[in-house]
Amino acid sequence: MPELKYDPYNLIITGVGGQGNVMSSRIIGNMMSLKGFFVTIGETFGASQRGGSVMSHVRISTKETVSPQIPKGKAHMIVSLEPSETIRVLMDYGNPAVQVITNTRPTHPIGVISGQAEYPSDQNIEEWINEISSKAWFFDATEMAVKIGHPIFSNIIMAGALAATNELPLDREIFETIMNTKFNPDKAKSNLEAYDQGVASIV
Amino acid sequence: MSIFTEEQNGTRHLLMGNEAIVRGAIEAGLDVAAGYPGTPSSEIIETLAKYAEKNNHYVEWSVNEKVALEVAAAGSFSGLRSLAVMKQPGLNVASDFLLHLSASGTRGPMVLLCADDPGALSSINEGETRFYARLMEIPLIEPGNFQEAKDMMKWAFELSEEIRNIVLVRTVTRLSHASGNVTLGERKESVGKAFFKNDGFILDPMEGSVMSAPVAYKHGEQQVKLKRCAEIFEKSPFNVYEGPVNPELLIITSSICDLYSKEAVSLLNAEKRVGILKLGTTFPLPPKLIEQYLAKADKILIVEEVLPFLEESIKVLAAELAPTIGAKQFFGKANGDIPMVNELNPDIVVTALSSILGIEYKEVDEEYKKRASEICFFGSPARETTFCPGCPHRASFFSINKNISMDNRSGFTCGDIGCYSMGMLPGGFSTLKTLHAMGSGTGLASGFGKMTKFGMEQPVVSVCGDSTFFHSAMPPLVNAIHNNSNLTMIVLDNSGTAMTGFQPHPGLEVDATGSEAPKIDIPSVCKGMGVNVEVCDPFDLAKTQETLFKFLESDGVNVLVLKQICALSPEKKGKKMFNMSIDDSVCLGGECGCNKMCTRVLSCPGLIWDRETEKSTINDVICIGCGVCASVCPSGAIKKEEA
Ligand SMILES: Cc1ncc(C[n+]2csc(CCOP(=O)(O)OP(=O)(O)O)c2C)c(N)n1
Ligand code: SF4
Repeated sequence: MPELKYDPYNLIITGVGGQGNVMSSRIIGNMMSLKGFFVTIGETFGASQRGGSVMSHVRISTKETVSPQIPKGKAHMIVSLEPSETIRVLMDYGNPAVQVITNTRPTHPIGVISGQAEYPSDQNIEEWINEISSKAWFFDATEMAVKIGHPIFSNIIMAGALAATNELPLDREIFETIMNTKFNPDKAKSNLEAYDQGVASIV
Repeated sequence: MSIFTEEQNGTRHLLMGNEAIVRGAIEAGLDVAAGYPGTPSSEIIETLAKYAEKNNHYVEWSVNEKVALEVAAAGSFSGLRSLAVMKQPGLNVASDFLLHLSASGTRGPMVLLCADDPGALSSINEGETRFYARLMEIPLIEPGNFQEAKDMMKWAFELSEEIRNIVLVRTVTRLSHASGNVTLGERKESVGKAFFKNDGFILDPMEGSVMSAPVAYKHGEQQVKLKRCAEIFEKSPFNVYEGPVNPELLIITSSICDLYSKEAVSLLNAEKRVGILKLGTTFPLPPKLIEQYLAKADKILIVEEVLPFLEESIKVLAAELAPTIGAKQFFGKANGDIPMVNELNPDIVVTALSSILGIEYKEVDEEYKKRASEICFFGSPARETTFCPGCPHRASFFSINKNISMDNRSGFTCGDIGCYSMGMLPGGFSTLKTLHAMGSGTGLASGFGKMTKFGMEQPVVSVCGDSTFFHSAMPPLVNAIHNNSNLTMIVLDNSGTAMTGFQPHPGLEVDATGSEAPKIDIPSVCKGMGVNVEVCDPFDLAKTQETLFKFLESDGVNVLVLKQICALSPEKKGKKMFNMSIDDSVCLGGECGCNKMCTRVLSCPGLIWDRETEKSTINDVICIGCGVCASVCPSGAIKKEEA
């Protein structure tokens, strides 16, 4: 088993209910588990599925199963499917060393739709995230996903992007094996395309 | 290749807590399982049902939790291995039968799995299962991680077989819905053959009648079984101590709090000062084991969620043991170190530990925290949960709210449990004014409808989902009819148990395993009770409002069934009913006299108010094309086209 940059490595995957958070955390978790690591994933579903904020804590260790909740301020990497959610997670789990990969496509909360709240501008979001992280990547994963065929693929695009950062030993072959056992060939192909586009988004 | 149908002994997998629980039951040689959906327990019956045919199990979604426990008990009385599954409030529903069952005893091994939700992550309560063990005098065991979720589930069946009584296994959301690594074990054969022996000597526990009387005798037998459990628990491998031989502080904990405690000790680098006794068998406590560890330290911190169940039991033991182990100083709920509400996490345990041990702890640099909070204030607008785009409930509440306002007699709506509970929130136009247990909306409405005697003239409405209708809303409806109450009951029929993941219920043509099943028709049931019933499509706002208006005006009990499938149902998912568009030349935008009925009032997430053009637009990524906004726009600017 390769050594980890931090042990446990604390990854948070966040977004809005319905964006495929859980799927993304399970795939990344399985990729690490198949390599022999201990993986603990904590997540909230249920009520939060209905358009609320969702968050998965994925913790990877060479030694043991750990708490499914990451302690406050201790995230190493935040992968986010929605930009304002990135900021929400940074407030609780961020620290000066944290890194961020974020989809730039907003999903407006109903408070914003109904006019009671303001959604921040793209420019502000980018400046703020850069200010409170050590390194951040931004791209419109939703746009890429729609081109592949469905907005849901953004969750796999983010997994590919994470792999390309080389923060965790994620292997494309293992991803491919998981896809081929989980999905029909068509769906597996789209998922691989999404993964590769995610990889290409990290420069 | 599935771990739920094959042996795969010795292989290692990443499993969700609930999947580990399922595997444990399968390894134990399960025959019969019954439950009613409830987060975070639903995946257990769902998974068992999926593989029921292959495994030759009988698995059902029962109409409610009491019936689920009864169905499972029938399995046990027939000599089979049986399991009942529910979330904690379900145990309240099943508790009357459980009181009698625990006194009558079981035959084939029987396990009751209850899932608690500390912090109410997916509930409107944080009710406790653990106290039921004490109240019902049955053993309680609690897994503390994913491997134990499987192993203890398997062991629960063995324990039940040994004591011939039901064993209560408690899990929590943070275990059931989290995932971790599990190594599989050996699979036992199921019993497979059922026979109910009932003609033996009346007091014969295996061959006589099964009942809780004669009470004193049976109650005494039950207590002997419990004493036997305490002895077995003394040697249980699920009670584990980790730490120095003589720690300065002893943490006693159970369930998922064990992992929080370990994390906290490690964050403070206090491994040499603190020991952790993790208890897997939490009722009855094994007294000798507790004595052995209490004797090791003078300071004891009890880490558990919500109420002080362990804390109180351990303090009683410590008081009895004081002559031998000396006086102890306790930390936990009573002294305020561990809160009595909400779930715990590593941070709460760190805070308690750092104050007891006098070690300073900072989660993150103060400057960073301050700046991140400022950024969050502007950068992350609150995100309230709301109905999905295309949810029939949004349309239903839009109409109910409008009718009640127009009626202008201070009418109100009693809420119930399901996705439609969100009718409480602004996204549901704050329509619901009461919200309690399943079926209670109509029970309350039945009572409110009789307050006319005391001068109350407000129209009374109750809502109830289709699954809730069968679970517990039929008795209050009967009550309202028989007692001449005045109310309009609205059944929000979305063809499934949506909130918990769209499980089937008796109103549908399929059962838990997907096989065809006789369906019970809600309007016919209501007609059979003798009330006036009408069925409308909630997406037809005009017809719905016209019918509701009529019902609010009339006396007695009326039932309106609003029938439209849930937007997340397998039938609808990914399919659009209509292609929606907005005619820019017709939308009056900021100038519109309606003041944004589409976005400000209806507030469907499928719409976006474009601040630059001051016009409404459709968010194509999430709109599912229900067409309701087209009926709401007074200018007719929103167009719908058959998809
Ligand atoms: C006694 C009890 N059992 C189970 C639950 C879990 N639960 C919450 S909402 C819900 C679904 C209700 O379904 P339905 O009435 O059809 O409403 P929908 O969610 O479909 O709108 C269930 C089972 C509960 N809260 N209380
Ligand atoms: S899951 Fe179905 S019933 Fe629940 S909010 Fe979504 S559309 Fe409505």
